[in-house]
Amino acid sequence: MGVLVNAQTRVICQGFTGRQGSFHSEQAIAYGTNLVGGVTPGKGGQRHLDRPVFDTVHDAVRETGADASMIYVPAPFAPDAVMEAADAGIRVIVCITEGIPVLDMLRVRAALAGADAVLIGPNCPGIITPGACKIGIMPGAIHSPGRVGIVSRSGTLTYEAVHQTTAAGLGQSTCIGIGGDPIHGLDFIDCLDLFEQDPQTDAVLLVGEIGGDDEERAAAHIAAHISKPVVAYIAGVTAPPGKRMGHAGAIVSGGAGTAEGKYRALADAGVTTVRSPAEMGAAVAAVLGGG
Amino acid sequence: MHLHEYQAKTLLADQGVPVPPGRLADSADAAAAAARALGGERWVVKAQVHAGGRGKAGGVRLCASEAEVAAAAQALIGSRLATHQSGPEGLPVAQVLVEAATAVARELYLAALVDRGAGRVALMASAAGGMDIETVAAETPERLLLTHVDPVIGLLPWQGRRLGYGLGLSKPQVAALGEMLAGLYRLLTASDAALVEINPLVVTAAGDLLALDAKVNLDDNALYRHADLAGLRDPAQEDPRELAAAAHQLSYIALDGDIGCMVNGAGLAMATMDLVQLHGGAPANFLDVGGGTSAERVAEAFKLILSDGRVRAVLVNIFGGIVRCDLIAEGIVAAAREVALNVPLVVRLEGTRAAEGLALLAASGLALTTASSLADAAQQAVAAAAARADNCQG
Repeated sequence: MGVLVNAQTRVICQGFTGRQGSFHSEQAIAYGTNLVGGVTPGKGGQRHLDRPVFDTVHDAVRETGADASMIYVPAPFAPDAVMEAADAGIRVIVCITEGIPVLDMLRVRAALAGADAVLIGPNCPGIITPGACKIGIMPGAIHSPGRVGIVSRSGTLTYEAVHQTTAAGLGQSTCIGIGGDPIHGLDFIDCLDLFEQDPQTDAVLLVGEIGGDDEERAAAHIAAHISKPVVAYIAGVTAPPGKRMGHAGAIVSGGAGTAEGKYRALADAGVTTVRSPAEMGAAVAAVLGGG
Repeated sequence: MHLHEYQAKTLLADQGVPVPPGRLADSADAAAAAARALGGERWVVKAQVHAGGRGKAGGVRLCASEAEVAAAAQALIGSRLATHQSGPEGLPVAQVLVEAATAVARELYLAALVDRGAGRVALMASAAGGMDIETVAAETPERLLLTHVDPVIGLLPWQGRRLGYGLGLSKPQVAALGEMLAGLYRLLTASDAALVEINPLVVTAAGDLLALDAKVNLDDNALYRHADLAGLRDPAQEDPRELAAAAHQLSYIALDGDIGCMVNGAGLAMATMDLVQLHGGAPANFLDVGGGTSAERVAEAFKLILSDGRVRAVLVNIFGGIVRCDLIAEGIVAAAREVALNVPLVVRLEGTRAAEGLALLAASGLALTTASSLADAAQQAVAAAAARADNCQG
């Protein structure tokens, strides 16, 4: 099963013929993702990677029945691409693009409020249901189908979590990178609800970081609504206040958004917290009783 | 990107927000001339640095004569001002803002900012002006007035009334506050600001509203469409190593420890720092070499890490996804030779072509150790730095 995407998901790529779009589309196809075509305005009617190219997302949806899109469009044009996908009826919109102005994301959020679509990202590695569907820039080979749902604000730190759960023999149901920007689509709570409903997921590994209050709100939600075990790691205990740590959203300002505050909220909600990023996999194995 | 107070006030004045009459000066003579041109009997001389808390640090001086203005400017210009926000080394003062002093009846707080949780622009006001707003939010949240703007509909008149009457302002003052909020919101949206803050917003003895201090932070991601605003950057206010890093598309932040860290990905870089501390060490920096890392960037990253004389060991932690570990290894070998690496180097490679990368490192003849896991890497780096510290002392 897994959540949001599976072997039946019909994926298109926006920014299909560009360098990033081409490379990651090839990788997705090699992984077995059902990539049914792509969109590059002005190149409609051509073929790329043995798949059709369309001028608009609406054309692509009509011709291919696509229900998911991965977006590798440069930042100035990515918000438009997201909103085009939503209007065309794409159900899962994955925006990999980094560097989108925050006010543009406010408009995107408003535009998507009434749409029947979920946005993953931006500035994220994407989503993968191992063995079935890879939409994003993550290395497919480190994943294995299994029991752990992973949700993370990071990229390579997510790979670390995946690597550890694979090594522990647990595998992953679905891994979702929700992105490192202050304003983004799916959040921890959305993903926790999806994993709670997913029969394949036995535990959730939540990988957070400093900045904002997504983890605190997730903690309150877990206490009230999530019955499956949750393990959490928060990056940035050593991050100095007032400094943006790489991600646009990773900043402790005025004493808010600290790793300690997030750890406290999660621990109070009954979440198993791990202080060492090297022990994420072992901690999940422990809550699953070595089963 | 942060702006200076004088820049923020110019942008606010352009949007019709009332600010005190003032002039920028870069010398004592210019400051005295500014005071003369402004007229009046009392002036405030304000150091222009990218940090709050200037008043307590002696960076804001009330003067009662042109001679005092000149003396204040003389003392401030060319000095470094250390506030509780600037770090102990302080920030260089190249200019002062000379303003006519204001007779203040009340101090308020007003801001427009992007509210992450709400996903909207928030307008915030408080009767506790001059105070740190986070303190107000934490200790007396009932004193914080908050309203969110729908990005499609825009600011509505009732939002100004709600904040204005909430602050206890008179009817004409509420109208003035409404105009001011509209100006703040226009400035935020027109300039892609993440924050426009007026603290304090004062009610003068005459009953007028005036932006006595102002702070504007711009969204770096949006500077591509604001060439004019990008030109307001003052590199002298920024850490030179962070600037050098940015020039090479590296993300670097200096810390106080002695273990240099080079990692791909911001989250993993933070996690690596945390792990170093967990094993009893202290990270010297945050450094994200980014996704599309090249050998050249790895070399630049090494130079940056080693430019910090306190570094006693370097820990490289790479999780190869799209980045191939063998290419990173080549970069490490080239860089270590180029910079004549003279501190212990611990390398952990995992992911795409990690085995090939480790083989390359082993064959290089470099004095480095490879780690078998994340925890092992941190332990080795901490032990190497500690051993070196002992040697230095002994």
